[in-house]
Amino acid sequence: MALLGERKRKDLSFLQFTRLLVVYPWTQRFFDNFGNLSSASAIMGNPKVKAHGKKVLTSLGEAIKNMDDLKGTFAHLSELHCDRLHVDPENFKLLGNELVIVLAKYFGKEFTPQVQAAWQKMVAGVSIALAHKYH
Amino acid sequence: MSLTKTERAIIVSMWGKISTQADAIGTETLERLFLSYPQTKTYFPHFDLHAGSAQLRAHGSKVVAAVGDAVKSIDNIAGALARLSELHAYILRVDPVNFKLLSHCLLVTVAARFPADFTAEAHAAWDKFLSIVSSVLTEKYR
Repeated sequence: MALLGERKRKDLSFLQFTRLLVVYPWTQRFFDNFGNLSSASAIMGNPKVKAHGKKVLTSLGEAIKNMDDLKGTFAHLSELHCDRLHVDPENFKLLGNELVIVLAKYFGKEFTPQVQAAWQKMVAGVSIALAHKYH
Repeated sequence: MSLTKTERAIIVSMWGKISTQADAIGTETLERLFLSYPQTKTYFPHFDLHAGSAQLRAHGSKVVAAVGDAVKSIDNIAGALARLSELHAYILRVDPVNFKLLSHCLLVTVAARFPADFTAEAHAAWDKFLSIVSSVLTEKYR
């Protein structure tokens, strides 16, 4: 968890979110109003994508501060993603795994199998919490 | 789903680098798999799965070698992996969900070892390639 405290954090939010839209292009369906998403470089340079990535990372920061009550922490966001945003919870798993891969890229050797395992639990918990209020 | 020319080129060129660390990458991928997804160990009750185990290393090598075979016959992955496809369908019968987990751990390992090469495009190409490999390996399941 100490990894998140490092200065690379700012770059990570952008990259994780960008990658989702590049690696799984069907996830772009939620971002019709984001402007140009027509290519990997368009996505990387898109300011709305960057801004949204920051929002997501801020939420993850909250998750880390409240690891013992993820469901409580994400209750409101869960309702939002269900009722207003209509996001299939499968996407939370995709995003969680993207984050793990971006962490591996940026931390290399430090991102040991043990560190990865801890993060996998974390992102799984966040995915479950975000889906918890779906109805 | 099939690979574009660009995607094939990315995979083949990265494979050149990956293959120089093939055994270590295979071992690390499996270590990651067993730590993050302990349920996958149920397929290996006959193995010593501790870090550094000879069996782990041997199996990791096998897995990466098979990926290499798919890369070398990237225009005919089904042909290259036909025998392995039958093995998984009739003998090993590994639940299909596990191919995603293994693929993910391989991507994590490659990202950690080749960060500069692992661009978003490369990531997309590899993810797609590994999902094609996974569907070839499960296509005879039923």
